[in-house]
Formats: sequence, structure tokens, C-alpha cells
Amino acid sequence: MSNPMMYVATMAVVTYLIRVLPLTLFNKPITNIYVQSFLYYVPYVTLAVMTFPTILYETNSQLAGLAALIVGIMLAWKDKGLFQVSIACCLIVLTMEYII
Amino acid sequence: MEFKKGIKDSIPVGLGYFAVSFSLGIIAKNVGLSPIQGFLTSLFINASAGEYAVFLMISTHGTFIQMVIMTLVSNARYFLMSFALSQKIEEKTNLLHRMCIGFDLTDELFGLAINHEGKVNHKYIYGTYLVALPCWAFGTALGIMAGNSLPTKIVASLSVALYGMFLAIIIPQAKKDRVIGLLIIISFLLSYICKDVPISGGTRTILLTIIISMAAAIIKPRKKEENV
Repeated sequence: MSNPMMYVATMAVVTYLIRVLPLTLFNKPITNIYVQSFLYYVPYVTLAVMTFPTILYETNSQLAGLAALIVGIMLAWKDKGLFQVSIACCLIVLTMEYII
Repeated sequence: MEFKKGIKDSIPVGLGYFAVSFSLGIIAKNVGLSPIQGFLTSLFINASAGEYAVFLMISTHGTFIQMVIMTLVSNARYFLMSFALSQKIEEKTNLLHRMCIGFDLTDELFGLAINHEGKVNHKYIYGTYLVALPCWAFGTALGIMAGNSLPTKIVASLSVALYGMFLAIIIPQAKKDRVIGLLIIISFLLSYICKDVPISGGTRTILLTIIISMAAAIIKPRKKEENV
């Protein structure tokens, strides 16, 4: 493929199909308890897998990422909102990056 | 009401998106994309690992088949999320809305929808898209324009906003449900152990998600009354 936008178009179409097929095909609740349980666990597992250890490598020093992880867990445990937890993580990283 | 709530909840996502897509823009510039091309790429793909794969393919002159396989591998996890979301949106949501919801189903916006109390309405999801889509698309365009002029310390600190948001979604549920708490610890551990396995991040995410969630569903199926 010579035009870079051909690559973009290919991925855009394939990705859209991946995203839209299950949503449009499954419009009835699933009653099987194992499938239900699986789908209930999926979001939490996938978000956990994506968070760690990646958070350590997003920052210039791993220590800053670790600090963000700890602060994030502590604040989330105290039921702080999405925005507060996110901002606190950013601030702690910014502070650490300038100290180290 | 639901629309406004969606907008408010997605502001941290928008910030994080801007940072991540800005850094993607720097890569896009290196493979020769213009700001408009970068804008279109982000607007129509909406996937960080996926777009990275596109830029890689452009620079290595990959074939069409390679591009398709690369897409399936880096974006297959959205299939699972779409499946899970099909059980979370209101049953009466019509086909057109379902097709629009599918357009910007990303890790973060999926997280927000799943975090919603009870069933989620399409208006809430559209609120989150309204913030996320422009932040993501303009971030890439600006990244291409600005190149490397923004301090890396600022970019680094913005990029953890997404993970902070993930934590804010999963940790409160761990308090309510011990099984989720245990699963998060297991997920962290296995993800750390597997971090050097030579497969793409997207593939690793999907494999670990399927294995851990399946094992949990078999060992600890939820009781009927717990299911919403």
C-alpha cells in the first residue's frame, strides 16, 4: 500500500467491526451463570491488567509511577471520584519528576 | 441529565487522552503524517496501541494482510468489551444507537460505562464521546504540529491520568466485592510476571483477561441474586 491513509482506513474499518458486532448481535440478556460471571469479571480484570505494570513505565522514573499507583489506590479506596483520583496521580508524578 | 453526567465523568479521560494522543502525534510526525492526516487517524481509529501499530506499518511498508492481522491483534480486546457492554446498556437501545456506541468504544470509555450505576443509557455514553473524541483527535494533530517542544515531564504526568481513572473504577468495587479485590491482585501479579513475554501489549491484555476471568467464573460463579 503506497498511501499512508490506506493503512489508516484498513484499521478503522476492521476496528469498527470488532467494536460493533457484539453490541449489535447480543441484545438479549445472557442467562447462563458462568457466562454472566465471566462478563462481570472481564472489565475489572482487563483494567487491572492494563494499569499494572504499565503505570510504572509511563513516567520518566518508575518511582513516580509507583507513587501515582499508591496514591491512586488510597484515594480510590476512600471513594474519591474519577477526576480527583486522576488529578492527584498527575500532580504526584509532576512533583516527583521535578524532585528526582 | 445523563448526557451532562457523561460529559463531567469523562473530563479526566479527555485530559489523559490529550496527553497520550499528543505523544502519538510526535510518532505520526516521524512517519510523515500531516496534522490533518493525524487528526483523521485518531478520529476514526480511537485506539492508542492500534494507532501506534498503524504508524509502525506505514514506516515499514507492511502489506494489507499484515495490517489486518495487526489490527485484530492490537484491538481484539474491544470485542470482549463490546460483548460485556451489550449486557450493560439498556435492552431497548436500538440498532442505530448501538452502531454509534460501537464507534468510540475504548478502554477508558468502556470503563466509565461499566462504572455507571445499573443499566447505562446511550445519552450518558454520548456525553463521554463528546469530550473524548475531540481531545483525542486534536491531541494528535497538535502533537504533529508541536513536535517535541512540550516538556516530557508534563507529558509524563498527564499520561498517568488514565491509570488514575482505572484505579478509581476498580478499587471501590474491590471494597464491595472481595472476589474483585483478589482478582485485581492476581491480575497485577500475572501482568507483571508476563510483562517481558514477547507478544504485543494488546494480545497480552486479551489473553490475561480471558484466562483470569474464565478461571474466576468457573471457581467463583456469582449467585443469581447478585447479578444486575
